[in-house]
Amino acid sequence: MTGPVAREGDLDSASSAPLHPAARDVLLAALDRGYADPRRLHRPGREARLLLDNAREATADALGVRPDEVTFTPSGTHAVHLGLLGLVRGSRRGDVVVHSAVEHSAVRHAVAWGARGAEVGVTGEGRVPLGELEQGAIAPEVGVVALQTANHEVGTVQDVGGLDLPDDVPLFTDACASMGRLPLPDGWAAAAGSAHKWGGPAGVGVLLVRKRARWRSPFPADDRVDERSTGFENVPSVLAAAAALQAVVAEREEVNARQHALVDVVRRRVAKEVPDVEVVGDPDRRLPHLVTFSCLYVDGEALVTELDRRGFGIASGSACTASTLTPSHVLEAMGVLTHGNVRLSVQRDTTRADVDAFCDALPGLVAEIRARVGL
Amino acid sequence: MTAYDVALELDCRDLPCPMPVIELARHLGDVEVGRLLAVVAHDPAAAVDVPAWCRMKGQDYVGADTAADGAPRHVVRRLS
Repeated sequence: MTGPVAREGDLDSASSAPLHPAARDVLLAALDRGYADPRRLHRPGREARLLLDNAREATADALGVRPDEVTFTPSGTHAVHLGLLGLVRGSRRGDVVVHSAVEHSAVRHAVAWGARGAEVGVTGEGRVPLGELEQGAIAPEVGVVALQTANHEVGTVQDVGGLDLPDDVPLFTDACASMGRLPLPDGWAAAAGSAHKWGGPAGVGVLLVRKRARWRSPFPADDRVDERSTGFENVPSVLAAAAALQAVVAEREEVNARQHALVDVVRRRVAKEVPDVEVVGDPDRRLPHLVTFSCLYVDGEALVTELDRRGFGIASGSACTASTLTPSHVLEAMGVLTHGNVRLSVQRDTTRADVDAFCDALPGLVAEIRARVGL
Repeated sequence: MTAYDVALELDCRDLPCPMPVIELARHLGDVEVGRLLAVVAHDPAAAVDVPAWCRMKGQDYVGADTAADGAPRHVVRRLS
């Protein structure tokens, strides 16, 4: 199989992965075959409808859910908004959402916009104590509990399937960081995923709503193929996203083992070779492909810039690199160092030589930046 | 209100992250072991990073209060 690979040195798959090779031909073919309105009864319309139905079935099959539980949205963020707020709207108990302090900003913004939040703290490794969520769920007016499958910044996998909630309090799980890479947990009423994080095209989110869930659209309705979504379907992209998802699920055992080992190398080498560094997140029960660490006395923006100059693309949760100029709420909730922060996430084709090159370059760069301030 | 009697207060009000923590490291040696050192900073990262620095460097994070002008102040006890 040929196809696009990550640019050399791009160690930021958690922000976005390049299109999976299995999706490229599907996308190109579907651009020609799937342009028409899938609601029309004419031949091109039926063709587009067929592709859309195929995408839904392939996605359901890859995720182990029913096809009528799958909705395609214009982004993972929109899937989160729809999924979470739809459960709130469907609740008979109230509009309070009990959620962890380390949820993605999409969850936090949704709660701020259309619900009332009750936040539960995390351990130093970013793990959410289930007992506190369960305790919080009992309170009156709690309509929904929200817990991510895994944390997008530090990789810690949450024990979503172990949650024991009252029967009338549904669980929303943000699965954007893990969808395709890890099997979905049990116990949720609605879930969300994002295709560009598994190697599908951008502009495709996946909303899953369980057949028996009380879900009501929180936004204006539309008259499209799927009553849960609005706007004209992006048939070529959802088909490519489904093809990528199938491929990722098929190869995940091998890819996850390789990526888990590469991240272990980074965790070990960084902790050993960089003085005054904090490698955070659960070292074992984590996403296979990402790791976060923070370097004392280092300006995060300077570190990102210097690494980029040497050909390494990495993300940072430090305040100076954020549009909001506030530190990552995830690192803050964990009580770990927020400055000098690096989030490294390996791509599907990242090699041991790539991560060794990064680990070789890092100590000198950190020392150089510290030397600028005399430390 | 100032709640702690500190031996040295560092004015980092206008300094961006991570300068308040860098100033803390630079001036730790200016107070005797057992005495309090405070850093005054508007930088929102300081509220997390000063306690994290204490944990990493084996110092004691005493707590936060506010300087006379209402600016957040983070207080550290030198242990070594």
